[in-house]
Amino acid sequence: MANIAPSVLRQASRLASKSVISTAARRNAQTVARVASASAPVKCLSRRSYVTGTKRDNAQAQSETAIRLDRQQLKDEGLAISGQQNGSDISVSPMADVLSQAAVMDEGQRPIYLDMQATTPVDPRVLDAMLPFFTSVYGNPHSRTHAYGWESEKAVEDARKHIADLIGADPKEIIFTSGATESNNMSIKGVARFFGRSGKKKHIITSQTEHKCVLDSCRHLQDEGFEVTYLPVKSNGLIDLKELEAAIRPDTMLVSIMSVNNEIGVIQPLEQIGKMCREKKVFFHTDAAQAVGKIPMDVNKLNIDLMSISSHKIYGPKGIGACYVRRRPRVRLDPLISGGGQERGLRSGTLAPPLVVGFGEACRIAKEELEYDSKRIKYLSDRLLKGLLSMEHTSQNGDPEQFYPGCVNVSFAYVEGESLLMALKDIALSSGSACTSASLEPSYVLRALGNSDESAHSSIRFGIGRFTTEEEIDYVLKAVTARVGFLRELSPLWELVQEGVDLNTIEWSQH
Amino acid sequence: MSTMSAVKGDSARQALSLYRQLLRQGNQFASYNFREYAKRRTRDAFRENKSVDDPRRIQELLQKGLKELQMLKRQTVVSQFYQLDRLVVEGGISGKSKGGKGDIARQKDTGWD
Repeated sequence: MANIAPSVLRQASRLASKSVISTAARRNAQTVARVASASAPVKCLSRRSYVTGTKRDNAQAQSETAIRLDRQQLKDEGLAISGQQNGSDISVSPMADVLSQAAVMDEGQRPIYLDMQATTPVDPRVLDAMLPFFTSVYGNPHSRTHAYGWESEKAVEDARKHIADLIGADPKEIIFTSGATESNNMSIKGVARFFGRSGKKKHIITSQTEHKCVLDSCRHLQDEGFEVTYLPVKSNGLIDLKELEAAIRPDTMLVSIMSVNNEIGVIQPLEQIGKMCREKKVFFHTDAAQAVGKIPMDVNKLNIDLMSISSHKIYGPKGIGACYVRRRPRVRLDPLISGGGQERGLRSGTLAPPLVVGFGEACRIAKEELEYDSKRIKYLSDRLLKGLLSMEHTSQNGDPEQFYPGCVNVSFAYVEGESLLMALKDIALSSGSACTSASLEPSYVLRALGNSDESAHSSIRFGIGRFTTEEEIDYVLKAVTARVGFLRELSPLWELVQEGVDLNTIEWSQH
Repeated sequence: MSTMSAVKGDSARQALSLYRQLLRQGNQFASYNFREYAKRRTRDAFRENKSVDDPRRIQELLQKGLKELQMLKRQTVVSQFYQLDRLVVEGGISGKSKGGKGDIARQKDTGWD
């Protein structure tokens, strides 16, 4: 202990001087100093700290330095051992090399994954179903002349059936695509171009909170001469059915409303929309990438004519998706990709059996586990939401009742969302959709809800999935509470708010 | 009657053995989330079906469990080949393998370079 204490202190002071912002380091310095002062009379480094650290964090910080120390020790020992080996014999088993690396492996550094709206990990069961198709079963499913083709085709058709079963459709109505983006493009542009040819109908309705690929497809069609109505949403994120009804015109051909929003998780009233569209003889397309396998969906009950599904949002492989295209009443599309006429001629190109099989298996599991998973996710989501909303000046975005519990979007007032994300390095989070996460612009979805720029900037999305554990949620709650507190302490606005000043009454001086 | 209870006792023993094997195998996942899920799902599935009486249904469930066990055996091996660093929540305070039972010798991140 006597010789450890000074080196601990040295390490701690180095840590403290290295990082300016890191609170952990600061806490390190304090706790270690406390430990050291117990054994030797050392002057306590008292620093002003903004965060009141919790007990567990303290323990962690303390052990971190301890680990660094004994890693150093291990390294020294390792060096000593390898020195001996060099002297005696060079022919060492390859395993020894691996083990020497294993010994110096760092402690856990990988962040917790809480971005299930961006993508999900591949379920081991799905991978297990896929592996044979990467190794031994490699036939082209469209080859009709030999057994290699037949076995692939059978697997593909089984997968198609699993997907159809999940959404209550007929297997013939499932068209495999490369993902939900392609499905959305195919549905919107396909319907528009098919009807555009006869020239009778040229109006499309969509909402402002749709995914970028729907909005961009519509923008593209506007350039081609179609008319598009972008419906506004209410402040809870749901569309107004009366507004939708008013927007439907005699020449409307398609309504495209997403089932579950990818940023705020609100579930749109699909049943009513479907009924309205069926009455007015308008096709109803829904982007259900975030909904299928997570909430019960039935295309016949909801009167859906076209639906986009993605595999990698339901623990399947990336690079595959499907489009449901209703056969009765028949929806006619102009194909985006022409070629060999696979998939009813709507999407030519050879299918990828491994991906298709993985997608099918993911759907089968999703159907089987739907009830179990949703119960679990609801429980975790309630726990997270309760913890986050118990902090002051936080609010949930979107409708508090009509939302998918796996997507929790919370605004932390007086904190910059991006800086909070930076501070939460040990948790993989996002402030919105992955497509726009590279830019610093506030989310257009939150702007559409009528949130201010500040509020949109300060919101963070938590995605909970099948593999999220309770410990992770507790860790996240603790980390978020501590770091939001820290960032707020730095903010002059927060000081004003604490003093009871209404920020809206301040007249900021112009320079 | 005696044969009936014998059959029942037999399947109970089978179920218990399967339960143990599934838990033990699930514990071998290198990835924290999969490991925890495997254990939790096994526990919940057995608890959910604990009052099943129909011998045919029991056999069905046992078969399903055996299939899952086969899958687990393959996938835990795959997962150990491509293991990454541990998560920040894992392994108590330090999150470090200390060579305990069921621990896996770790090397540097695979699949990166």
